[in-house]
Amino acid sequence: MKGIGVSSGIAIGYVLKKEETVQKIERKTIEDSGAEMKRLNEARQTSIAQLDQIIQKMQQENRDEEAQIFEAHKMLVGDDIFFGEVEQMILKEKVNAEWALQVITDAYIKQFASFEDEYLRERQADLVDIRNRITKILLGIEEKEPDAVSDEMVIVAKDLAPSDFAKMDLSKIIGFVTEKGSKTSHVSIMARSYGVPAVVGVEAIFTKVKNGDAIIIDGEAGTVLLNPTAAELDTYQRKQQKLQEFNTRLQALKDRETCSLDGKKFTIAANISGPQDVDAVLANGGEGIGLYRTEFLFLDRDSFPSEEEQFTVYKSVVEKMKGKPVVFRTLDVGGDKELPYLDIPPEDNPFLGFRAIRICLANQELFRTQLRALLRASEYGNLKIMFPMISSLEELRAAKAQLKAVSAELEKENIDFAEDIEVGMMVEVPAAAMIAEIFAKEVDFFSIGTNDLIQYTTAVDRGNQRIAHLYTEYHPALFRLIQRIVDAAHQEDIWVGICGEAAANPRLAPIYAAMGVDELSVDSKSILKIRWMLNNSSCLEMEKVIAQIMEMPTAEEIEAYLHKLNERIELG
Amino acid sequence: MVSMTVTLNNKSGLHARPASLFTKEAAKYQAAVKVIKDGQEYNAKSILSVLSMGAAQGTELTITAEGEDEEQALKALKELFDQNFGE
Repeated sequence: MKGIGVSSGIAIGYVLKKEETVQKIERKTIEDSGAEMKRLNEARQTSIAQLDQIIQKMQQENRDEEAQIFEAHKMLVGDDIFFGEVEQMILKEKVNAEWALQVITDAYIKQFASFEDEYLRERQADLVDIRNRITKILLGIEEKEPDAVSDEMVIVAKDLAPSDFAKMDLSKIIGFVTEKGSKTSHVSIMARSYGVPAVVGVEAIFTKVKNGDAIIIDGEAGTVLLNPTAAELDTYQRKQQKLQEFNTRLQALKDRETCSLDGKKFTIAANISGPQDVDAVLANGGEGIGLYRTEFLFLDRDSFPSEEEQFTVYKSVVEKMKGKPVVFRTLDVGGDKELPYLDIPPEDNPFLGFRAIRICLANQELFRTQLRALLRASEYGNLKIMFPMISSLEELRAAKAQLKAVSAELEKENIDFAEDIEVGMMVEVPAAAMIAEIFAKEVDFFSIGTNDLIQYTTAVDRGNQRIAHLYTEYHPALFRLIQRIVDAAHQEDIWVGICGEAAANPRLAPIYAAMGVDELSVDSKSILKIRWMLNNSSCLEMEKVIAQIMEMPTAEEIEAYLHKLNERIELG
Repeated sequence: MVSMTVTLNNKSGLHARPASLFTKEAAKYQAAVKVIKDGQEYNAKSILSVLSMGAAQGTELTITAEGEDEEQALKALKELFDQNFGE
């Protein structure tokens, strides 16, 4: 069976079904609405006492994240405005408390269900959870913990609420499978925070399993196997062991530097979309931020963020990074990233149209506001500025002129900013790659954006499914272009990084490193894997590999060759 | 009455934890605190009311306060937004 893998790892154990305890609620007419309201309030008090107990238990066990969820539940139960609505209904319609509570919460649940934001939408689970808690108290239903079937249980449920987790003996639970849910459901968050594998969205699994059935779940692939054969069991046991060993090895690299077998040092940095991503960078041993996509601060809103707002956000990021470098890419919108409040008429070829630096150079105020915020934030850490989509020297010079003008402005206003801010550019347009040696004289660094460079070099729209097979980072042209860019950079003694998705490809990272790329910037989750790959590669050996690649005429051949070559180091 | 306009920068919007921080802070003050989103008013001291706004990242909100300690209330709430609710 297939579902969505939401917390990685492999669990091999036995099914424990989590039954739902709340039955259908009946509508009853009551005589004494005062007594009914009193009953409701007593149930509220009891539920708060229960929640207090849970919170205390969580705090003792250092399960702070969960404790906070129950604190929020306590607030929901303490919401007099909400319970005022329930009381109104009891009073006016002369109905039982359970019914009124159900009707009023249902209205809110519907509202939550309509939200576009997945995270907020999932929060209806909190509401269902407290409603069930109070309803159970009203009905006098006592919760029983399911009897343990073994010491290695995989919980299978239609859905799991935070309260369900509070009751579980987690020392015996090694995985979760649910019918409902998404990546941001409580079950997913909990599973990830305990570090146990979980698969959600597995259709009709609840009716298919019995307590005690043998089960295997793969939280990465989203696979669930019931009553596996001996061969399947063997395969997954091996896979599990390998994964565990590999993860232990990767974790050991967290505070280590990146250095090839023949002693060449590299920087592994991370790509982020905002301050919320910084913790993950540091937790995974990132040596800096090689690409901060500032446009995310501009998306999903109705107007431009002010200079002050941008400054606060940028400052928080450089401060959190404590002196480690942070490369800020200036606003890169247009193409597939639309800003509703920036009125750009639809274009026939948005990727070849009005986007990124082109928009910024045409909207001076927008551009200058961002540059001012960046310069001001430079006082608080190691900040670098990078311009996207540069295709001609005129553009680079125009962008740098704006930066200079803004610097002068700030000086006049006696506002401090760092003096020696490095200014670089993305190399993602083939024309820029071809004249990289000219650009290298006028910037402090290059960052190769492989996603767009591939798209523009091969003339393949990366969003078009019909030609998706033509989009490949193994195209022989790409290796030639990247080598060109790296050589041009080193000729002028500037550093060069790669921040596209190809940098996180474990087969390509060692190749890029041997080509002379100084920094690879990848998503936080890939940092340790890429460090592992580089630490286990020899540049001298890879140079021979590059010579081989340069002889190969097709992407297919290159990909197959690199696949075979790296099999021995990938996964230890 | 005092008011301010703020933007939600934290990744997941005003969900359980930030919403509870927000409501708790608002409840500390005597002033009546309201949140206005898309022209609709919500009670800042009711967690359910705040959650039911469905305010996601990037949402712009107007917050008003009316009462003796209105200035302090707005100042404290602004800080929460500035710090992205500690995320």
